[in-house]
Amino acid sequence: MPKITYVDVDGTRYDCEVASGLSLMEGAINNGVPGILAICGGSCACSTCHAYIDEAWAERVGGPNDIEDATLDLANDRRPTSRLTCQVQVDDSLDGLVVHVAKND
Amino acid sequence: MRRIVIVGAGQAGLQVAESLRKGGHDGAITLVGEERWPPYQRPPLSKKYLAGDFADERLWFRPYEHYAKLDVDLRTATRATAIDRAARRVGLASGESLEYDGLVLTTGTRVRPLPVPGADHPAVCYLRGLDDAQRLKARLASARRVVVIGGGFIGLEVAATARADGREVHVVEALDRLMARVMPPLLSDFFAALHHERGVALHCGVQVSGLADDGAGAALVTLADGRQLAADLVVAGIGVLPNQELAAAAGLACGNGIEVDEFARTSDPHIVAAGDCTWHRNRLFDVPHRLESVQNAVDQAKVAAATLLGQPQAYADLPWFWSDQFDVKLQIAGLSTGFDDYVLRGTPSSAGFSVFYFQGTRLLAVDSINRPADHMLARRLIAGAAPISRAQAGDPAFDLKTLLTAG
Repeated sequence: MPKITYVDVDGTRYDCEVASGLSLMEGAINNGVPGILAICGGSCACSTCHAYIDEAWAERVGGPNDIEDATLDLANDRRPTSRLTCQVQVDDSLDGLVVHVAKND
Repeated sequence: MRRIVIVGAGQAGLQVAESLRKGGHDGAITLVGEERWPPYQRPPLSKKYLAGDFADERLWFRPYEHYAKLDVDLRTATRATAIDRAARRVGLASGESLEYDGLVLTTGTRVRPLPVPGADHPAVCYLRGLDDAQRLKARLASARRVVVIGGGFIGLEVAATARADGREVHVVEALDRLMARVMPPLLSDFFAALHHERGVALHCGVQVSGLADDGAGAALVTLADGRQLAADLVVAGIGVLPNQELAAAAGLACGNGIEVDEFARTSDPHIVAAGDCTWHRNRLFDVPHRLESVQNAVDQAKVAAATLLGQPQAYADLPWFWSDQFDVKLQIAGLSTGFDDYVLRGTPSSAGFSVFYFQGTRLLAVDSINRPADHMLARRLIAGAAPISRAQAGDPAFDLKTLLTAG
């Protein structure tokens, strides 16, 4: 199972195993990572699952599509590595990924 | 407030519990839910969940162990039967009672039952909770012919999901156009064309007069004009009713929902309410209303929690909503109630357009079709970030973003 490390806004690291096929958002929720709220449940409608992909991984993970790009405009402190975690699907190629949770409330 | 009891374990109930803990409440929190599931997401039930291989657990807002960590006593499959306001006690169906210092009602809604003869035919399904969705999904799997009664959001989302999965789908709507209560004719026409193009048969302006069995286990749906539609599955999506009986029986003011003020307070100072079940006020709008949405469940729940924490904050969050049908994403910002004029931005097509609703010079709401950027900007503009004229709204060449950066 791919290992994903979430780093919350306080800098606490959460090393998690997330099944392929789930989203990065679901992985965070299942592992109790604080700050990933996801109030729309992964419908790309609210921006409360915003996180920054670690620089080393940003290229491999890729950028948002048009809908996600527009939705990210609602998020706090958007950066070039910003993604909505509900829109990133986990697979083996993301084993070892590091994600920094944004300030979502 | 030491002991807080929350009746209703949906999105609003969970949000109240989390906001209370976040706000420093260290007394007891009991979250009582009638369903056998932990708090879960409803929006996917008519879409992703229904469409495919989507495990129930993926709907849970939080894993089970989260509730212990949050020190919330989650009681599923537990029905509250009465509120004794004088003794500050909630009675449960088990006979047990829970004492409270603060009570939260997040009881949600239930489906409006189909009021025609034969509505108890086994082919008839509703969609509100996960139990409904499981039954609907199982029935859909073996259905070839689907009749959806009600051309509102739920009906149309189910119709789109079933049609995309190759079923023969009919939608019967009593009013003369789709989503007539919440959409102008322009958008009803757009969605009618979309469903028609994808092969959904629409029957607007005709009521269902009754259902009967066809002798082989399927339902025969009879329309008021005499036509009959055979269906292996009938989905009734004709609206919901607020669960306000518990509140009303306790003497709390109720109309179309449990009445609360802008601080989510009911007519009893020890009782607040939030979410789909409330008839409420929002400072951004002049008229009280009831809203069935994720946004209202979450934002009003935060208001209710703040009131219980003794740090009241008036409700002033912008309503937003979405609906996914086929590859079209409808997004609504604001409330169009009371508009006197609307302006079209772009040309109606799946490529994307928006409708801006004005009351005088004030922008009240924006409906966007596959135009998420318009929606996101609209949320800020309606909340008062900057004025926008009809001419600016209607000119696709005018960049709305400049309104936010101009000041």
